[in-house]
Amino acid sequence: MSVQESVDRLNAEAVNSAGRRGPLFAARTKIHPKRAEGAFRRLKWIIMAVTLGIYYLTPWLRFDRGPHAPDQAVLVDLASRRFYFFFIEIWPQEFFYVAGLLIMAGLGLFLVTSVAGRVWCGYTCPQTVWVDLFLVVERFFEGDRNKRIALDKAPLSFDKFTKRSAKYAVWLLIAVATGGAWIFYFADAPTLAREVFTLQAAPVAYITVAILTATTFILGGFMREQVCTYMCPWPRIQSAMLDEQSLTVTYNDWRGEPRSRHQKRALAAGESVGDCVDCNACVAVCPQGIDIRDGQQMECITCALCIDACDSVMDKIGRDHGLISYATLADYNTNMAIARGDGGAIDPRNVRENGTGPLKAGLAHFNWRHLVRPRTLIYLVLWSAIGVAMAYSLATRQRLETSVLHDRNPLYVRLSDGGIRNAYTVKVSNMTNQPRTVSLSIEDLPGATIALPGRTVVGNTADIALPPDQVETLRLLVALPPEAAKGERLDFSIVASDATAGETSRSAAVFEMPKEDGR
Amino acid sequence: MADREIDELTGTPTTGHTWDGIKELDTPMPRWWLWTFYATILFALVYVILYPAIPLVSRATNGVLGWSSRDAVRTEIATAQAAQAAYRDQIANASMDQIIANPELLQFATRAGRSAFLVNCVQCHGSGAQGSVGYPNLQDDDWLWGGSPEQIRTTIAHGIRSEDPATHMSVMPAFGHDGILKQDQIVNVSAYVMTLSGLTPRFGVTSEGATVFADNCASCHGVDGGGKQDVGAPSLKDAIWLRSPDQNAIIAQINNPKMGVMPAWEPRLGPVAVKELAAYVYSLGGGTATAASQ
Repeated sequence: MSVQESVDRLNAEAVNSAGRRGPLFAARTKIHPKRAEGAFRRLKWIIMAVTLGIYYLTPWLRFDRGPHAPDQAVLVDLASRRFYFFFIEIWPQEFFYVAGLLIMAGLGLFLVTSVAGRVWCGYTCPQTVWVDLFLVVERFFEGDRNKRIALDKAPLSFDKFTKRSAKYAVWLLIAVATGGAWIFYFADAPTLAREVFTLQAAPVAYITVAILTATTFILGGFMREQVCTYMCPWPRIQSAMLDEQSLTVTYNDWRGEPRSRHQKRALAAGESVGDCVDCNACVAVCPQGIDIRDGQQMECITCALCIDACDSVMDKIGRDHGLISYATLADYNTNMAIARGDGGAIDPRNVRENGTGPLKAGLAHFNWRHLVRPRTLIYLVLWSAIGVAMAYSLATRQRLETSVLHDRNPLYVRLSDGGIRNAYTVKVSNMTNQPRTVSLSIEDLPGATIALPGRTVVGNTADIALPPDQVETLRLLVALPPEAAKGERLDFSIVASDATAGETSRSAAVFEMPKEDGR
Repeated sequence: MADREIDELTGTPTTGHTWDGIKELDTPMPRWWLWTFYATILFALVYVILYPAIPLVSRATNGVLGWSSRDAVRTEIATAQAAQAAYRDQIANASMDQIIANPELLQFATRAGRSAFLVNCVQCHGSGAQGSVGYPNLQDDDWLWGGSPEQIRTTIAHGIRSEDPATHMSVMPAFGHDGILKQDQIVNVSAYVMTLSGLTPRFGVTSEGATVFADNCASCHGVDGGGKQDVGAPSLKDAIWLRSPDQNAIIAQINNPKMGVMPAWEPRLGPVAVKELAAYVYSLGGGTATAASQ
């Protein structure tokens, strides 16, 4: 027994040994998505036109609210803290409507995701829409996938320089328009546009445009799929939102595998071949640069362009559409079980009549009844409940509000006749965009008289003229004569009412008196 | 040397650590993330050069731009003062009644007056203007020197028993200390004074006090004890006491009176601030009607 044999070899390895050392940082692999043609591409064009149209044009819509309010249909007036949406006007204290909308948006996203996966990502996410738009420009100047790959590899030439410059110029134009459109939501669009173009707008307007131009240009032109994969949390959340009945873009291995580029030869040799001819069309069109045939993956935004690409290939080779399709995991698993037959490898002959004929009738296909399941119902019920509650609340909300703040310093003032006076700061909000007159009075405080410095009080009631859309701050003095000022504190109400509109706002108030009033 | 373990599903190497069977993927960071990180470092460096950043013993480095938060505040204050100049000019040229009659001007004056009050007046009159023993409550409807806007302005401008030539000046004789009244007369008049506001005296002969009052006090405090604002003599028949309504305190006051002093504020704050203060005090609710509507 040698010395060496008596020493145990420990199972240890340097943490930075060559074999363990991986790259710390990975460069982005540029993706050159090929143009796809088909039903989903057409749908996406329409959605792109609608969403971009909404974004760019909304600030320019007019909505007549009378002479006292802005006539912009959608306006976030940060300076005077009002939000206008057509016939709805929201004050800061009504911000819960916005919170409600956000909750509805969240629940809506859950609902849509549990039904059809990342529809939001694939069709309507601004990142997806703008990247799509930028790709249109890129294709216009540099050609489709192969030409772009060639151009990337080519050394800098006059031709390359022109094409690139033109592309960047148009991108920049779109980016400026995008950043520019944003600020119009926050001020009267025509006025602001005039100011912006004559260099008279506020610096914050230009800064906002500059920042949004930069983000649009960089995120849409260069970051693209990196935004979805690395920046956005939704891809990570969605894995918790999907279930086996959710529709996702699926490569149907059960009819595609084994894939072969030489189908006829393989068939002639009596081998089993699937529908996939391994043409990579699905990979070439993918804006995320992934291969859907590897299965569900985090990077997939379910834009469905691979479905279009694959369907046109299926047309060419005379096969049914749907080798890549929207399918649920449950259906997929059922069909995979059929294709596997006794549990071995996938054999497409198992899913076709007579081995090579049309697809068998017993295969699982999407059934709309699967949309109705407890999960989607709960989302739908919650979503609608919040929507109905908000609509009801909006329809019945008060447009006259009072709030009362009792003077705390001093709590009360003794008057020369021995009576007690309390002072209150009363805020009366006229939340309509019309001027109105309300009468301010008090209830449930017998013997008391009111006074409002600088205003006339008749019969213990003061008529207050309220300007449209404003809060009027009043100082209200309530006095009790000596004989009525007994006790420590009395509860009463301060009431503002508009007889014409039939609105009354009542605020609880307290009348304070000295603790020992034995004089 | 063992090669790194590659995760089957993702094709990504793992870190090699296992926790309860859970392995961590060793996904490389995207390179742009690294560039972003470098960009933030660059930003910090540029910031340090441009703006005050490195603390030294007495102050921080200046920064190439020469920006300072004090200058920024100074500019903001100057802007605000420029914006207020128009109002201040109007106040300077307006009478108190004109200020009271103009809601916009009144609002500005009241708010400006409130800030001046919180700096200059709260020490004696309290932060709620409620006063304290010996210092008048400015919220109530009882006024020593008059409660119309113009009277309030005059009082604030020239003070009470101050060094200002136009100050409100009056002196109550020290009836006991200087031997003007005898001790029993003082006790009796204190009893009478208490009955004026419906209080019950503990000692003294009220009827005799009434005579003493008519002879010695009525000239300033009025025949009925209602006071005289021309001479700053308080009303003795209302429910408000500048000092204590306790009989001993009343006797002490007659014996050797304490009299309040207020500085003249116009020399210190200027006429505009005095008008603003008067507007604020008037707005508290105890002020009497303006001269215009009297």
